[in-house]
Amino acid sequence: MNARIGYIATNTFREAVRDRVLYNLIAFVLLLSGAAIFVGQISIEIEKLVVINLGLTAVSLFGVVIAIFIGIGLVSKEIEKRTLYTVLSRPVRRWEFIVGKFFGLAGTLVVNAFLMAIGVFAALLYVAHKFVASDAQILVAVYFIVLQFVIICALALLFSSFSSPLLSAVFTFALFVIGNFAEDLRGFAGMTHGLTRWLATGAAYLVPNLSALNVITQVAHGEPVPPQLIVNNTLYALTYAAMAICGAVLIFDRRNLK
Amino acid sequence: MKSTGRTTVVASVLLVTCLAGSVIFLRRVDQMRTTAALDDVLYISSPKLLKRLSLGYDGLMADIYWTRAVQYFGTRHQAQAKSFNALAPLLDITTTLDPKLLVAYQFGANFLSPNPPYGAAMPKEAIALVERGIQANPDAWKLYYELGFIYYIELKDYLRAADAFERGSHVPGAHPFMKILAANMAQHAGDRQMARAVWRTTYDTSQDKYIRGNAVAHLRALQVEEDVTRIQDAVTAFGKRTGELPPSMMALAKAGLLPGIPIDLDGHPYKLTAEGRVELAEPDQFPFVTKGLPPGYKAPPAKDLTQMAK
Repeated sequence: MNARIGYIATNTFREAVRDRVLYNLIAFVLLLSGAAIFVGQISIEIEKLVVINLGLTAVSLFGVVIAIFIGIGLVSKEIEKRTLYTVLSRPVRRWEFIVGKFFGLAGTLVVNAFLMAIGVFAALLYVAHKFVASDAQILVAVYFIVLQFVIICALALLFSSFSSPLLSAVFTFALFVIGNFAEDLRGFAGMTHGLTRWLATGAAYLVPNLSALNVITQVAHGEPVPPQLIVNNTLYALTYAAMAICGAVLIFDRRNLK
Repeated sequence: MKSTGRTTVVASVLLVTCLAGSVIFLRRVDQMRTTAALDDVLYISSPKLLKRLSLGYDGLMADIYWTRAVQYFGTRHQAQAKSFNALAPLLDITTTLDPKLLVAYQFGANFLSPNPPYGAAMPKEAIALVERGIQANPDAWKLYYELGFIYYIELKDYLRAADAFERGSHVPGAHPFMKILAANMAQHAGDRQMARAVWRTTYDTSQDKYIRGNAVAHLRALQVEEDVTRIQDAVTAFGKRTGELPPSMMALAKAGLLPGIPIDLDGHPYKLTAEGRVELAEPDQFPFVTKGLPPGYKAPPAKDLTQMAK
């Protein structure tokens, strides 16, 4: 990787981990994982299921919140504090700035997901007293959640490259919601004809397909995730995120920063 | 005292007082509201809509709805309720959100099928629930067992029960007893031994305290009914032999009609009334018993069956 991208990514990571809100959100997820133990006790025979479902859902939702709220401020904060001008006055290209920011945020989210997953596994160990082979599937679910974060932070960066933080947050969250309905959108496209079909199909492929990256319920029941799905989801998430980053670079490169 | 210090003290005292006051008033409000009105409300009753609204986190949503179903049933059961209107929809939502949640089919059927206060008296809904479970989980032999159990115990439909046990016996890993149940159902469906075998299998194949307690209570009831029938036969035989009713259990034992003074499973001797009727000394300890009860006996509030699992 380009050294300048590495420096920007490292600084973005450092800046993100200094944010107290981040720690509060992680603490909240760990608290929820702990609370899952008690939720399981007021039900019947789903203690382990609740720990996995609640724990991973919390990791996913709070991770998305972190991705959105840090991602939307990545560019606008630099403009607001006027640090962007200092950075760009050095031999740093605009695309390097965007890509560096993306890697910094993605790195932060990977570390967050790792910490939050430790909390889920600790709660699971407390409830089940031991790990079984099928629990390894939880790691696949966590990996897919990280892929979701990669897509979401690329989208947040894309919107923050041309819009205000508030609008960027709204756009990214809206795409997160729509992304969970992507398969329905494709189903809808299949039922229509002519131009509508083309438009609906185009829209269905343009929005991120996040439902394919959600295997929480499946792994909670100990069902294996096919290796081919892991490969395809990885390729999909990386190409989609790369597409969004390219969009962000194209817009930011042409943006008048004066 | 300085002005700021006084403010701190007054504000702190007020804060604690108001907190205590709010708790007292809230408790009064809770007492005034009928829980039934609150419990029976399902703001979103469409399982499909809920699945969409869960944004892919349907597993967690199913857990929440299953917990709600358990709490709903538990609260209504404790309150000796006669109606469980929201139970079937809650179970429908739960199993639509997560069709693999086997416990919801197994326990849900156990909540739905028995008569109040031990269940909702909805065996048809219980069958529909388990059939849906079998469709989504054709390899879960316990669901076939559950289906056969409802047909056998609740509906006395022995043919369908035999069919369910038969279908389940072909599932890989099924309990070997499924084949025996299927084979014996046609010939011995009405036998007490058959009922005992079914309840025994229920006890052996479940780890849950409620299910096991329920099985123990039914096994105890079957034993009492068998004892009462046997003693009552001895009383009849004594009458035929002597032309009068036996004055005591000892008289039956001395006449060689009983091996000794008969006692129930808790060690209490059975009572013999002046009219020659055999009765339990402690009927409250034997829920589900239909024989050996004093005339006009009214069962106490539903027992906590989990206590009987031991």
